[in-house]
Amino acid sequence: MKTYVRPMTAWWWRRNPFYRWYMVREASCVFITAYALELLVGLARLAQGRAAFEAWRESLASPGAVVFHVVTLAFVAYHAWTWFNVMPKTLPFVRLGGRRVPDRMIVVTAIGSAVAASIAVFLAVWWYRP
Amino acid sequence: MKRSNKPIFWSLFGGGGMLSALVGPALVFITGIAVPMGFLLPRETMSYERMLAFAQNGFGKAAALAVIALFLFHGCHRMYHCLHDFGIHVGPGLKALFHGFAIAGAVAAACLLTAVGFP
Repeated sequence: MKTYVRPMTAWWWRRNPFYRWYMVREASCVFITAYALELLVGLARLAQGRAAFEAWRESLASPGAVVFHVVTLAFVAYHAWTWFNVMPKTLPFVRLGGRRVPDRMIVVTAIGSAVAASIAVFLAVWWYRP
Repeated sequence: MKRSNKPIFWSLFGGGGMLSALVGPALVFITGIAVPMGFLLPRETMSYERMLAFAQNGFGKAAALAVIALFLFHGCHRMYHCLHDFGIHVGPGLKALFHGFAIAGAVAAACLLTAVGFP
C-alpha cells in the first residue's frame, strides 16, 4: 500500500522562532560529536607517543581551534539548558514525602547540580595544576 | 515478539545527554579554551606526561571512556533522528550507520586506553 506523504521542504523550521531554537538545540549534537572525536584523536596521538601528542596539543592552540571551542561551548551550554528544562517531562514523577515535586523545583535543582559539577571539575583540575 | 533495541540506544542517548549537560561546558572550556590559551590554567596542565598518567590511571580511563563513548552515542543518536527533520526517511541502513559509528568510536577509545598501558 502506498500512503500519501505530504511534501515538506527541509527549511520548514526557519519561519517560527520556536522551531528555530529547536534546530539550534538539535545542532548541538554535531558539536558534541565533533568534540568527542577530537578527544578520541587526542587519545590516539597520546598512544602514538610524545611527538604526535605535542603536535595535537599545538593544534588546539591555533585560532581556528579556539573559535571552534567557543562555538562548541555555546552549543553545549544551550543543550544543557534545554536538557534540564525538559527534565520535568522526561523524568518519571518524583515524589518526596508523598507529594509530587513541583516542575520548577526539578529544573532549579538540576541546573544547580550542573553548576556545582562544573565548578567541581574546574577546581579539581586547578588544584592539580602543575 | 522480537525485543526492541530502542531502550538501549535511548539510554545511551540519555546518559550522554546527561553527562554532557552536567560537565560538557566545563570540559570544553578547560580542554579547548583555558589550557590551550593558558587562561586561568597553565598550558602544561595537558602536558604529555600528565595526560599519559591520566590515561593510565583507572579513574582516568573510566572518565575518558565515559565522555568519549557517551558523547558519541548522544550525538549520533540525535543526528540520526534529525535526518527526519530534513525530510530524509530513515531505515535500518542509516540506523546501523549512525549507531555503528558511535559503537566503533567507543571500541576505538577502549582499545586506545588499553594501548596506553597501565601504571
